Amino acid sequence: MKLKNNALDVTDYKILAALQEDSRQTYTAIGKHLGIAHSTVYDRIKRMEQNGIIKKYTALIDTEKAGAKNIIAMVTIYTDPKESEKVAEALASAPQVLEVYMSLSEELQIIAKVTAESQESLHTFIANLVAPLPGVLRIRTSILTRKFKETQFSIVNNSKKLRFIKATHNRMVEDKP
Amino acid sequence: MKSEVTPKVIKTVPREKAFYFFTSIGNYTGESSSSLKEFMEKINEVNVKSLEFHLYRGDFEKWIAEVLEDKELAEEIRKLQKFNLVGDTLRKQLYTIILGHLKYLTR
Repeated sequence: MKLKNNALDVTDYKILAALQEDSRQTYTAIGKHLGIAHSTVYDRIKRMEQNGIIKKYTALIDTEKAGAKNIIAMVTIYTDPKESEKVAEALASAPQVLEVYMSLSEELQIIAKVTAESQESLHTFIANLVAPLPGVLRIRTSILTRKFKETQFSIVNNSKKLRFIKATHNRMVEDKP
Repeated sequence: MKSEVTPKVIKTVPREKAFYFFTSIGNYTGESSSSLKEFMEKINEVNVKSLEFHLYRGDFEKWIAEVLEDKELAEEIRKLQKFNLVGDTLRKQLYTIILGHLKYLTR
């Protein structure tokens, strides 16, 4: 099936889901699981690699078992709309910041996932590098204590149709096949 | 007698050296001060939780000593910790100490 540009079909999403489950499994194993030829799996994966949809294959590390004691916090930064872009860019350039999102609710917010060695170093980072940024109005921080789930995108199945919810670089979008 | 090194009492420090008021770890109130005078005014305005948070962490004395270079006032504020003051009593005491010190420096 010929697809326009980077458009993905149901099979592509299923392959991506299989790779997210275990990126080391063979084309044959994926094909067998999805009921398609391994050559189809190979072609589609290569295309998605070439298009940059599959950015890289990486290891998901259990940092706790690896001995890292870092804490993770979700930091909500309320900003002046005129400065929000610059605040988000400044946050994105900091090594302590893992993810940055912009949210439009009643007030413009930037939400950042931040890692630090301790509560004290988290506070130092926020007090010395985030609060002084022009346009920052106030900050709310939640330190995360327990992870129940972490995934980049998921295929939501209901009885009538498949729906895809995927995370892109800049925004969350919901597609229908 | 005035100390030999004049503190930056009148000076306004740049925003990256200002004091930022938090109520707890990572929770910024949106209030900041760039001079001792402004700091004194904010003492009367900010959430009292912020005063308790910073006093007992030693943040006030650190900023006053290192940024405003006023060791004398920093020491006075440090001594306040041993009285375990909270709430508006703490607010009034902090304000009185800083006001007295400002009058002393600008007499």
